[in-house]
Amino acid sequence: MSKRRKFNVLDHVLVPKHEIVPDSEVDSVLKQFKIDSKKHLPKILSTDPAIKAIRAKEGDVIRIYREEPTGKVIYYRLVV
Amino acid sequence: MVQVTEKKIRSIKFSVFSPEMIRKMSVIKVTVPDTYNEDGYPIDGGLMDQHMGVIDPGLRCKTCGGSVHTCPGHFGHIDLVRPVLHSEFAGVVASLLKATCSSCSRALFKKKSKKVGEIEKMLTEEEMISAMKKVKKCPHCGAKQEEIKFEKPTTIMEGKRVLLPIEMRERLSKIPDEDLELIGIDPKSARPEWMVLTALLIPPVQMRPSIILETGQRSEDDITHKLVDIIRINQRLDANLNAGAPQLIIEDLWELLQYHVTTYFNNESANIPPARHRSGRALKTLSQRLKGKEGRFRYNLSGKRVNFSSRTVVSPDPNISIDEVGVPSAVAEELMVPIYVTPWNIETCKELMKRKEFPKVLYITSPDGRRRRLIESNLDELLELVDVGWVLERQLKDGDPVIFNRQPSLHRISMMCHKVKVLPGKTFRLHVAVCPPYNADFDGDEMNLHVPQAFEAMAEAEELMLVSKQIISPRHGKAIIQPNEDHLTGAYLLTRKSVKLTRKDAMKLLGAVGIFELPKPNSKGMYAGKDVFSMLLPKDFNIEYRTKLCKEVNDCSKSKCPYDGYVIIKNGVLKHGVMEKKGLAGLVIEKLFNEYGSEVARDFIDRITLMSVYAITHFGFSVGVNNYRLDSKAKSKIDEIRTKAIKEVETLIVKYNNKTLARLPGKTLLETLEEKVMVLLGKARDSTGIVLREHFGNDNSSIVMADIGSRGSMLNAIQMSAFLGQQAVRGKRVKRGYKGRVLPHFKGRDLGAYARGFVGRSFMDGLTPTEYFFHAAGGRESIVNTAIRTARSGYMQRRLINALQDLYVDYDKTVKDADGSIVQPLYGGDGKDPMKVGIKKEKV
Repeated sequence: MSKRRKFNVLDHVLVPKHEIVPDSEVDSVLKQFKIDSKKHLPKILSTDPAIKAIRAKEGDVIRIYREEPTGKVIYYRLVV
Repeated sequence: MVQVTEKKIRSIKFSVFSPEMIRKMSVIKVTVPDTYNEDGYPIDGGLMDQHMGVIDPGLRCKTCGGSVHTCPGHFGHIDLVRPVLHSEFAGVVASLLKATCSSCSRALFKKKSKKVGEIEKMLTEEEMISAMKKVKKCPHCGAKQEEIKFEKPTTIMEGKRVLLPIEMRERLSKIPDEDLELIGIDPKSARPEWMVLTALLIPPVQMRPSIILETGQRSEDDITHKLVDIIRINQRLDANLNAGAPQLIIEDLWELLQYHVTTYFNNESANIPPARHRSGRALKTLSQRLKGKEGRFRYNLSGKRVNFSSRTVVSPDPNISIDEVGVPSAVAEELMVPIYVTPWNIETCKELMKRKEFPKVLYITSPDGRRRRLIESNLDELLELVDVGWVLERQLKDGDPVIFNRQPSLHRISMMCHKVKVLPGKTFRLHVAVCPPYNADFDGDEMNLHVPQAFEAMAEAEELMLVSKQIISPRHGKAIIQPNEDHLTGAYLLTRKSVKLTRKDAMKLLGAVGIFELPKPNSKGMYAGKDVFSMLLPKDFNIEYRTKLCKEVNDCSKSKCPYDGYVIIKNGVLKHGVMEKKGLAGLVIEKLFNEYGSEVARDFIDRITLMSVYAITHFGFSVGVNNYRLDSKAKSKIDEIRTKAIKEVETLIVKYNNKTLARLPGKTLLETLEEKVMVLLGKARDSTGIVLREHFGNDNSSIVMADIGSRGSMLNAIQMSAFLGQQAVRGKRVKRGYKGRVLPHFKGRDLGAYARGFVGRSFMDGLTPTEYFFHAAGGRESIVNTAIRTARSGYMQRRLINALQDLYVDYDKTVKDADGSIVQPLYGGDGKDPMKVGIKKEKV
C-alpha cells in the first residue's frame, strides 16, 4: 500500500446515480412539474459530496435516480 | 355591492418603539395611580382616563368621541423618571454591551482589509457577536474591556459593578449606525437605546376592562393593577429625586420600579418572585396573556369555538347502520339546518312552515338579513312574505348529513360524516363497528356532532367523509370498519358445517336483516347456516382463502380441511369454510368494498351485525370460570412441563457456575444464561397451549374466541389455566431489588427461575405473594410505557401537523407546499393512495 486511492462517493452502493441536467432540458423538467422557476425544486448543497464529485455548480439542476422501497423514482434538485 | 380588494402580505416587520414614537402615539400622559373616583367616574389623568377609550355604556371617548361600541381604544403613556431595562430585551442589550467598547461604544471589530470584508459576509450575525465578545482591547480607542456578565432577568454587571440602566442607555445610544448594521440590527427601526425604556406605553382601557362584581364593587384587570404599581413607584421616585434623597434610597426605589416594569411584561421571569394579587394569586400580565396552551394564540386564535354543534355521551346501537348516528330528540330539536327558498321548493317550504310537529321551522331570515322567530301568531304574515331568497331554519331530521368526531382527532377518520337518526334518550348512538376509527368505547366517552350549514359543506361531507367511504383505512389499505367480537362469533356459529336450521329459524335470521326469501333447503327441509349467511353476499361474489383456523403450514387440503378452515365462496354461495376474523373482518369486506363499492360493503356490515346478533342469541354463547378449570390429568401434565422447565433452568445454572456453558456470540456468560433461561421458560409456557387445547377441546368458548380472533388469545387462556410464566422488566428477568436478590424471600445470588420472576401458578390457582410482586413489576412497566408514549407521541403529532399542514398532492401527483415548491416529485415514491390500491383499474 503505497498511495491511498481517493475515495469516490459515487461508487458507493448506497449513493444513487447523480447527473447534471443539461441546460436545454431544464425547461422541460420545470414544465413536467408545472412550476415556473428552478427555485421551486428541492435544494441540495453545493458542498454535498455527491455534488462535488460530479462537479456541479450553483444553479445547476441535478437528476438523481433513487431506488426507494416503493420503486424507482427520479428526483430533481437545484444546487445551492 | 361590497367592494372587495385583494391584497397579499409580502412581509411582516417587527420593530421596537422609540420613546418619541410612544409619546406621539399616546393620547394622554397618565400621572394618577388610580382608576375611578367615588362616584364611579374615570379619574382624569388616571388609568381609566376617558381619552384612552370607554367601557361604560353612556360615556363617550374624549379622543374620538365614540361610544363603547364604536371607539377602538387609544394608547396612553407614562414618563418614567428614571429609565429601566425592558426585561424581554435584556439579553440583546447584554450582547450589545459585550460586543461594543465600554468607553467609545464602537463595535469591537475593525475593518482592516478586503479579506476581513469577506469574512464578514461569511459569518452570520450571531457568529460576529460571539467573536466580538472575546475581544479584550478596543481596536478603535485602545480601552481595556472588562468582562460583562448578564444575570436574568435585568441585571448586567461590568466586572463587579452593576450597570445602571441610565449608563446602559448612554452607551447604547453612542453606538454608531454602521456598527449596528454590522451586528445585524437595523438602526432605523430598532435603535438599541430604545430597549431601555424612558416612556411606557399604556394599553387602551378596552384591553383591560374592569368588571363589576355582584356586590357592586369594581374589580380591576391584572394589567391595570400592575400599572397602578408602576405609576405609584414612579411618583415616589420622582418625589425623592426632587427632595434630594440619598443615593441609596433612590437606587432602592429605582430597582423597585425595574421590578414592576419587568413583571408588567412577564410575570414568570426567571430569578424573580412573581407579583401577586392581594389573594396571593400570581398576576396574569402581558406575556401570560399570549403564551402557552391557554394563551391568546393557541386558545383564541387557533382554537375557535363553533355554533351548530353538540356534545354528549355515546352508547352502542347495533341496529342502526354504520353510517348513521343516533341523535337524541332534545338535540335534534335544538340544531338547525338552513333551507334556501328557491322557485322549485317554495311550495314545500310553505308546507314545512305550517308544520306543528317535530321537524319544525323555527327561524326565518329575509334577504335583507332580518332573522325572525316563526311563531303561530306571525305564521300567516310570513307565509305571505316568504319568497325566493329567504332562508328557513329547520330542526335536524332523519337523513341529514352531520360530522361526528371524537377527540383526540389524530387522523382523518376521527371525523366522519354520518346520517342523522333521531332517537329517544339522551346519548348519541353509535354502531359498534365504527368504534375502531374513533377509538371509542362506551365507558363514558363523549363525542361531538357538527351540522354543515351550506350545500357545499353538506356535499363535501357526504362525498369525502361518509363513514362507508372510510371502510378502508388510508394507513394500511385494509378494512378498519369491520365486525368484531360477538359479531364475529355469531357469524362463526352460524357458518359452522353442522348448522342446520329449521325453516322458521332461517326465516327469523333473514327477516332480521330484511331479506324475505329463503335459500334452497336440503332434502329434510332444513336450511344450512352457510346458505343462510350466503344470502347476504352479492350473487356473483367469488373468493377463496385460508382462514385463521388453518393449521397446515404448507399443504392445504382445501375443501377437505378437517377444521373447515378453507373458505370457498362461489357465485355468492359459501361452499366451504367458516367465517372468522381474517375473512369477515378483512378479505371479504375489502373485496366487497373494492369490487362492489362502499354502499354494498356498508350494507353487508350492517346486515352481518344484525344477523350475527340474532345467531349468537339463537345458539347461545358464554364464557365463565368453568371454561378454564382443568382436571387432574391435565393439571399433572402441566405440572410436568413446569417442573421439567425449572429443572432445565437449574442445569443451565450449574453449567454457568462451572463455566461450561457455551457463550453466545457477542454476549457475556451471564447474558447467555439469561437469554437461554428466558427462551426456555417462554417455550415451556407456550407448550402448555397444546395440553390446554387437548383438554378443553375445540369447542371451549375461550378457545373458540381465540381461534376465530373475536376476543382473547391462547396466551390469555394459558395464563388463566396453566401458569403465568416468566415476568419481564425491560425485556429481561426481574433483577433489581436487594443486593444479589430481588426480594428478601430468596437466598442471595439465587439465579433460579422462581427467584427471578417466574410465576409458576395460574390466575385460577392464585399467585403467591412473591409471584404477585413480580407480576405487578412487569405490569407496571407496561402502564408507565403507555403513559409516556401518549404524552410524547401527542407532542410529536403537534409538531408534525404544524410542519406538514400546507403540503398537498397536486393533480400531477407531485407533493407541493404552499408556495408551489416541490417536496416530493411523486407522492410516496409510487404515487399510490393506500385507500385505493385494492380497487381494480377498470373500476376507477
